Amino acid sequence: MNTIPYFVIVPLGVAFLFPFFSRAKKGIVDFLVLFSEGFLFFLALWNVAHAGEVQVYAMGGWKSIGGIPIGIYLVMDGLTRLMLLVVNGIAFWVLLYSIVYMNQYTDPWKYYILFLLLIAGLNGVVLTGDLFNLFVFVEIASISAYALVGFGLEKEALEASIKYQVLGGIASMFILWGILLLYQLTGTLNMADIGRVILANNHPPHALHWVAGLFLAGFGLKSAIVPFHAWLPDAHPSAPSPISAMLSGVVIKGLGIYPLCRIFFNVLGFESILGSLFLGLGGLSLLLGAFCALGQVDMKRLLAYSSINQIGFILIGMGVGTPLGVLGALFHLMNHAVDKALLFLNAGSVEYATGTRDMRKLGGLRALMPVTSTTFFLGSFAIGGLPPLNGFWSKLLIIFALVEKRQYFMALVAVLGSILSLGYFIKIQRNVFLGSSKTDKKIQEVPWVMQISVIVLAIFSIGMGALLLSPFRKTVLDPAVQVLERGCVHYLHSVLGG
Amino acid sequence: MVYGLTLVLFFIGLYGILFKKNLIKIAIGLCILEYAMNLLFALVGYRKGGVAPIVTSQEGASSFFVDPLPQALVLTAIVIGLGTTALLLAFAVRMYRHYQTFDVEEMRKLQG
Amino acid sequence: MTLIVRSIARWMIPSIFLLGVYVVLHGHLTPGGGFAGGVLVAGSFVLSILAFGVKKNKVETKKEWSSLTESIGIFLFWFLAFLGILWGSYFFLNVLTKMSPGARFHLFSAGSIPLYNLAIGIEVASALFTMVFVLMVFREKERP
Repeated sequence: MNTIPYFVIVPLGVAFLFPFFSRAKKGIVDFLVLFSEGFLFFLALWNVAHAGEVQVYAMGGWKSIGGIPIGIYLVMDGLTRLMLLVVNGIAFWVLLYSIVYMNQYTDPWKYYILFLLLIAGLNGVVLTGDLFNLFVFVEIASISAYALVGFGLEKEALEASIKYQVLGGIASMFILWGILLLYQLTGTLNMADIGRVILANNHPPHALHWVAGLFLAGFGLKSAIVPFHAWLPDAHPSAPSPISAMLSGVVIKGLGIYPLCRIFFNVLGFESILGSLFLGLGGLSLLLGAFCALGQVDMKRLLAYSSINQIGFILIGMGVGTPLGVLGALFHLMNHAVDKALLFLNAGSVEYATGTRDMRKLGGLRALMPVTSTTFFLGSFAIGGLPPLNGFWSKLLIIFALVEKRQYFMALVAVLGSILSLGYFIKIQRNVFLGSSKTDKKIQEVPWVMQISVIVLAIFSIGMGALLLSPFRKTVLDPAVQVLERGCVHYLHSVLGG
Repeated sequence: MVYGLTLVLFFIGLYGILFKKNLIKIAIGLCILEYAMNLLFALVGYRKGGVAPIVTSQEGASSFFVDPLPQALVLTAIVIGLGTTALLLAFAVRMYRHYQTFDVEEMRKLQG
Repeated sequence: MTLIVRSIARWMIPSIFLLGVYVVLHGHLTPGGGFAGGVLVAGSFVLSILAFGVKKNKVETKKEWSSLTESIGIFLFWFLAFLGILWGSYFFLNVLTKMSPGARFHLFSAGSIPLYNLAIGIEVASALFTMVFVLMVFREKERP
């Protein structure tokens, strides 16, 4: 049974069905949304478990004529399965959390519609095999994200959303420019077909370097790599916490890192200068994120800079280019998604219970909010890199890959970034959870529905190190690594059928 | 030459976003940016001697069309630009209700 | 608005509306289609509000019908695309062509494409009218 189109059909359908249900009781609405997302999560798990060959789905039934694809293809290969699992998995637990959290806001129905559109857009981005379709889905997800960041409609949320929108709009225009240049050079929009035309041409035109630069700028802006990161420290704190968790855990990877990998590894061809660029930008992101995070007083702003830090790790892993590096980068992508979602949900719990995010005003929450503080402890040291939690293994793989390729300077930078990340997490622990309480408000633990998501994510972060063990690795991580490592030729053969 | 003029339009839009202080002017700059890209995309499909890609039932009509694919894509891109602009303007109107001004310099609450 | 604007608008509004409906319905034969036609239809409504003011149009300051029409339009679009899956085949499949192929260049041809155009026309017209309505007409109590 072909499950590919359901990832896009189901969230779109439920989102469009929503305005007719706006007068139903809130419990029914919550259940409907949770059920649809749970169905997608289950489908993603099923797809990973029953992983087979690359599946290609021609939308509208337009099959290829004479070997040239004329329709829009949706492609599911190993990397797509991994990304679908990450997107839908995190979205399900965040949605469970947000059922109770969004009671603070006035219009939960609009939130659900936007959230479902965001998921539809993200699923479409990772599934599509057509370059302009990628742009359309990136825009769907981005516009939903812009609206969700400004959901609270206070001054800070609006300002952050406007910054995100303007920068994201410029990024989209860079991406569109790259797409149209690529169309003019190759005459086709199907990603596998573009790869074939570029490979058949022995002297790739110089315009391809300009195209690569445009894509790097555009998708780099969307994923907050360092020269382009200016919107992230404003957008993540101002968004409602479940949206911060989605943004940091899933959106900047789905809209930024995934298209970069797909285009650079499978369509344009990975050259060594790209590897050096990734290494350089990743190192800058690492250091800048870590140093800026150390000086923050707002809890969620610190976590936002920490996201920039960890995206630097993923970029460095991708930039090394060896299978070990790519494995480390993809594994770190999964780990960071789980851990950062966990941390942002916990920050949201702290804000829900105490009403503030300012670390100078908080303290002593360890005794009052035991579940939150324990899971925060686990999540922060997981992403900081403490064995045997999951972040340690992925960072170790990346550093090994760097040393193996004799990039000793970058390995040192990575180790320094890791130590600094532990530093700022200890800062949060000391200021927020330890010590004595500084406010007189009555603080109690958050409702149990919110606790479930956080506990489940914490269990994932403890146990995900096991994904490196052989049977799990073969189903989840290895196919994704192989897709990226085997490059353009394998991709176009698997999509276009040899 | 025409492509060069389109790129001039692109940079005018970029200038508007980067250097203007009024939020509405920034929104207009973003619109001009998007229109420049759409125009460039539609121009990419030109073929010398081609006619508009409409299939009619008249005999004797030329069948050498300009490329219709960029035109369909530009239609989509225009709609996306509409959505982006509408959202940005709605947020700008909300900001006006908070700050009573469109000046971007006033709206700097988030620092660090 | 002045007398000149109101008299011209009285003639233009039905013409623009009719032109918009024509562009939507003939989307598979002539250039245009759902989006362009929908914008024209919305334009006629906006002209009506601009020329005659809010009170004469009986536009009230609460949630308008256009929001519901927009939802109906986009749900119709999704449902038409989903018909492909129900037919047992691909998403967005042109189902009506598979069921009964029509002649070329006639109004009732090209399968489900005119229906897609109609759904998009309804949706875009309602969406643009809602946007204009919200930005121009509907004002909540001003916040301090």
